Amino acid sequence: MTSYEAQEDLPEVCIATESSEDVYKTASWRTQRPVIRLEACTKCNVCWKFCPDVAIELNADGYPVVRLDYCKGCGICAEECKPRAIDMVKEG
Amino acid sequence: MARLTIPAEEYMRSGHAACPGCGATLAMRYVLKGLGPNTIVAIPACCWTVIGTPFPTTVLKVAMLDNAFEATGASISGLRAAADALKIHDVQIVGFAGDGGTADIGIQALSGMLERRTDAIYVMYDNEAYMNTGVQRSGATPQGARTTTTPIREGSRGKSEPKKDVMAIVAAHDPAYAATVNVAFPEDFVKKVQKAATIRGPRFFHALAPCPPGWSFPPEKSIELGRLATDTNIFPLYEIEGGRYRITRKLGRARPVAEYLKVQGRFAHLSPAEVAAIQADVDARWKRLLDREALG
Amino acid sequence: MPLQVISGNYAQAYAAKLARVQVISAYPITPQTTIVEKLADFVASGELPAEYIKVESEHSAMQVCISAASLGARTYTASSSQGLLLMHELLHWASGIRAPIVMGVANRAIAPPLSIWTDHSDTIAQRDTGWIQYYAESNQEVLDTALMAFRLAEHDDVRLPAMITEDAFYLSHTVEPVDVPSQEQADAFLPPYKARDILRPGEAARLGSYIGPDLYMEFRYKVARAMTRVPGVMAAVEEEYERITGRNHGGPLPTYRADDADAVLITMGTATTTARSVVDALRARGEKVALAKLRVFRPLPMHELRELARTVDRIGVLDRSYTGGLVGAAYSEVAGAMFPARERPLLRNFIAGLGGRDITPPMVETMYRRLLDGSDSEVEWIGLKERKEVTVDG
Repeated sequence: MTSYEAQEDLPEVCIATESSEDVYKTASWRTQRPVIRLEACTKCNVCWKFCPDVAIELNADGYPVVRLDYCKGCGICAEECKPRAIDMVKEG
Repeated sequence: MARLTIPAEEYMRSGHAACPGCGATLAMRYVLKGLGPNTIVAIPACCWTVIGTPFPTTVLKVAMLDNAFEATGASISGLRAAADALKIHDVQIVGFAGDGGTADIGIQALSGMLERRTDAIYVMYDNEAYMNTGVQRSGATPQGARTTTTPIREGSRGKSEPKKDVMAIVAAHDPAYAATVNVAFPEDFVKKVQKAATIRGPRFFHALAPCPPGWSFPPEKSIELGRLATDTNIFPLYEIEGGRYRITRKLGRARPVAEYLKVQGRFAHLSPAEVAAIQADVDARWKRLLDREALG
Repeated sequence: MPLQVISGNYAQAYAAKLARVQVISAYPITPQTTIVEKLADFVASGELPAEYIKVESEHSAMQVCISAASLGARTYTASSSQGLLLMHELLHWASGIRAPIVMGVANRAIAPPLSIWTDHSDTIAQRDTGWIQYYAESNQEVLDTALMAFRLAEHDDVRLPAMITEDAFYLSHTVEPVDVPSQEQADAFLPPYKARDILRPGEAARLGSYIGPDLYMEFRYKVARAMTRVPGVMAAVEEEYERITGRNHGGPLPTYRADDADAVLITMGTATTTARSVVDALRARGEKVALAKLRVFRPLPMHELRELARTVDRIGVLDRSYTGGLVGAAYSEVAGAMFPARERPLLRNFIAGLGGRDITPPMVETMYRRLLDGSDSEVEWIGLKERKEVTVDG
């Protein structure tokens, strides 16, 4: 993220163009994280579909991968996973 | 491998400041999946002001404009006017406001936008209270719900008034298209947004956005709760097009409202009689909706 | 160009048309109504190909302009009194987001009790919103100033909204001969709006945003810096306008017969015309009085005011508004400008003409009298119906 040290560094108008992803690694929020057992995964994409933080992406083989930089550990993916392939594991 | 049932492309980034399990972010995510990159989103003061992360970062991959709290309806009229004047075609203008900024302080500007037939989409994401300022009651708070301004005390049983029927207010303006959507049903949500994208004129969405801290439930239950809201007929999924109502999800038999109410702390104080009253009200509304649909 | 005999409201509408505004949004309020009606006529007839959004309130009108400006459209609106007050929140927004909106205001008194008649309280009460403010004396000045305002507001070094005020009924509805520039002249003077820092479909950017204590102050400083650049840009714009039309309205504080004056009255709006005739009458009797027209209230012409203070011992400030202080607002601003001078003139405040109360030559003469006699009262309400031995009404 651009570090604005003085007013002359700022744009004239308050217009924000940088990505939240570069700055806010919301991983620090969570107290638990999802662990996906791929052998049980049916690649139904429900976990990807329901993640409010876009913290699950689908890899080239169609399996979900958790973006651990951002996952807040809300647990929706584990709750909605029909084959119960996701466990929420305590952090730390 | 199951094919994707909603578009793959993301227009919302990670790193946003929403609470874990936030329904409002899923609402935005699905709206943008339905509309694509040539979209300008206007927001008033609401949760999304803060979810959107502070200057110099932004969470959306599309253009976003902050406007005054009361004025989202006017803001999108202004964006469309400029787009027309500047011959910017192929742009979707979307107002994305909370229930407070729509049903209460924003109702006048919404009404104006609808009456003027502004070619834009207005999405009310409904978490059923003024959530961004700390869970104070709004016109859209359901009857009986605990909020910080309708606390549970000797003489206070939560919000005493019924939930304002914003869809009825919108319907009275004869919109080009209006629909209820629910983050628990993304396919229905996105399909409706995609349909709206092909229609010109004023379009409105009432999106249910479950709120874990505001409604008092664990975040992992957000989708489950959204599902229950619709499957108890508390939040039916329907569209209005050319004055005709069409329900887009019907179960053979609705779930009892108690299943939905009991898992939320904001309703924990309800007596069986109060729950029964809610059930009766929901049943009556559902019947009215069925009657409207039957009018054809 | 043959002169047209038009009202101040029509002058505003002609200016907006000549400026080729792209988005208009307004809500009617007496006595601004004929501005918005004339513009509706221009748009309906096709003479002005603008998008005209007929909003349901003034608050929405200003939001429409701001949102339209955020995509790069040239915008115009008009209001008055209660409507302007309702817009207040959005006036701050317009300047903060650096939208070069131009607005015509028919100066009208503030309720209660409801009054449709003139005074400056409505716009004076907006002096904290970061808008450039002009007070016009004639319909010619209204048209010229409004047209110049677009150029000034959109200038890269400024990027601030501007309001051009006109006294209710005295200017808004009274017809005067006006030389309306041709479209060719207007186009030569005012190029199309080249907006910067706007939203573009397909580009990820958030305009407005929210911010913590770490950087808010610096964005406010940007506005302050822009305000300091206004006088210089304004002078250049007015010079260019004179080159094209032959007219110049004298800058932010034009004076009348101020060489060798014992007392000067500072006026705003149409009271200036009355005061000018009183100056001539008193001068004919040997009294050395003069007039200074405060044409630009924001930014306050500090330099010109301090120059005036150097040359005159007695200065009166006529406030045609009352906004809740112990003294009038224009007076306190002028006093503030003059305070750092080594030698300060005698400064007196006259409050008159509220709610359309006519400011008559005898009233103005009384003000000069007070100045020349060096009256003790710092502030006096002239023309007030008060039970006193000495009446002051004309």
